[in-house]
Amino acid sequence: MDIVFDLVAWACIVAGLFFMLTGTVGILRLPDVYTRLHAAGMTDTMGAGLLLAGMAVVTVEGMIHGEAGYGFVLVRLVLTYAFLLFTSPIATHALARAGLAGGVQPWTADEEGGA
Amino acid sequence: MLRAIGLGAVLYGFWISLSGHYTPLLLSLGAVSCVLVVYLSMRMEVVDSEGVPLHVAGRFLAYLPWLMKEVFVANIVVAKTILHPKMPISPRMVVFHGSQDTDLGRAIFANSITLTPGTITTGVHGQEFQIHALSAADLETDEEEQMDARCTRVERGRRA
Repeated sequence: MDIVFDLVAWACIVAGLFFMLTGTVGILRLPDVYTRLHAAGMTDTMGAGLLLAGMAVVTVEGMIHGEAGYGFVLVRLVLTYAFLLFTSPIATHALARAGLAGGVQPWTADEEGGA
Repeated sequence: MLRAIGLGAVLYGFWISLSGHYTPLLLSLGAVSCVLVVYLSMRMEVVDSEGVPLHVAGRFLAYLPWLMKEVFVANIVVAKTILHPKMPISPRMVVFHGSQDTDLGRAIFANSITLTPGTITTGVHGQEFQIHALSAADLETDEEEQMDARCTRVERGRRA
């Protein structure tokens, strides 16, 4: 039984790391601030989300073993993700607005290299 | 007044779940600080349908699983695009007409768009949502229309 929990937890954590890494690669590869925000959004939603999900599975395993303290950890993990869900789009939106207000033209594929 | 009590209850629940200590002294200290925060919020006049949107809380929780599914699907699409050797992106700005009536509904919709990788809300003017999309393919699906209808349902509470 424990092995199942461990495997699920590790699968979530490895997948989370994959999305973190892909988001980072995207930040390096993409051409301008607006497109890079899309990649940065991946690390918040899926990267952090899957890492937290992996940790949550471990806490559930701990609770099954009768360690009540893990219940609090689980609640905190869920709250962490909830706060990420509310704050990260606002930060992304603020960055995009700041770019537009600063006169950064969005990169387009149509003209060579954009504006 | 009901909103103030609701805010206090939510704050105290939050406090208890983070504290983990159940001695009478700490519990009463937590209660006092929650009452103080509610009092200050009322003096700041932020305890209204926008500051404490408890009336949409249930419907919002019902909306979350669908949003998470969309976020999951969109993440995989964006990850594929980024890792593709040629990186086939075609970024563009579009304007989407939302159907929400209140600022709260618009905020839920705008944040849902931003949360889904591949689309970012860059501006909201009345009902017009300015969206930056990573590739044109992101806009060809009717995902935005569905999200719009669901956010309006969260806001209004009846089948839209």
